[in-house]
Amino acid sequence: MLEMTDLVDLALLLFLAVLAITIAKQRNLFVVVIVMGFYSLVSAALFTVLDAVDVAFTEAAVGAGISTVIMLATLLMVGTEEKTPSQPRILPLLAVVVTGAFLVFGTLDMPHYGDPQAPIHQHVAPRYIEVSGDEIGVPNIVTSVLASYRGYDTLGETVVIFTAGVAVLMLMGQALRFRQRDGDA
Amino acid sequence: MILPGLINYWVVVFLMMSGFYVVMSTGNLVKKMVGLTLFQTSVFIFYITMGKVAGGTAPILAAPGTSYSNPLPHVLILTAIVVGIATTAVGMALIIRIKEAYGTIEDDEIQAAEQS
Repeated sequence: MLEMTDLVDLALLLFLAVLAITIAKQRNLFVVVIVMGFYSLVSAALFTVLDAVDVAFTEAAVGAGISTVIMLATLLMVGTEEKTPSQPRILPLLAVVVTGAFLVFGTLDMPHYGDPQAPIHQHVAPRYIEVSGDEIGVPNIVTSVLASYRGYDTLGETVVIFTAGVAVLMLMGQALRFRQRDGDA
Repeated sequence: MILPGLINYWVVVFLMMSGFYVVMSTGNLVKKMVGLTLFQTSVFIFYITMGKVAGGTAPILAAPGTSYSNPLPHVLILTAIVVGIATTAVGMALIIRIKEAYGTIEDDEIQAAEQS
């Protein structure tokens, strides 16, 4: 039995596959970055179909928005043409096919898509769904888990972002100093 | 449900492997980062696919008896998206720094500059 949302799901996956091939074949980095932003946007649509609305709008804002802006800003400073590779690319293709074959083999005994009896749905998720409304008082279960049950994870996440921000400032500060020195010389 | 079965996972494997291929096949550092992002987004799709329950809806409390998709993968992936953009930003800053120091972002040219 195939429902309408499954058809949408399959169409979006096919779309993503086409975009991935485009990214792999394209040599102009500007086009690569824009197609990557589009890939993020289509995956956000797919997340909506798969009921992950919070993930969808985060992916649309962060993956398709901020990430694309950061990459475009980088391209502004480093140029947009990829050099044509001199070595043949048979080896990476072989590695990818072998790894992919192993991964597909690994999926063969996984629970099917949408199966309510899958082990992932039997452990802590039912508890979150049943009692988080009373315990936390927020209707959105994802928010309850993110901010309360797993609040320390989220604290760790903000530490990671802070560290990354400091790292970027240190690196960029140095790059700007180089530029000033070159300007003086 | 017969057709979707494992097809979602197989397409995700294809997407992951195209990201992996981009990382390995190019010497351009920006394109390598795009390949990593491609791989990463595919892993997100994998997790969210596992959290889907047939006939379920978004995990926001509604009338009693409603069936919801699993909220736990959603939480994990929310964290992963934000950490992903942080690592991308650091990677891009490193690439700009490499461009300043070596004048190129192709890894074979950087290696040649190192050896000379």
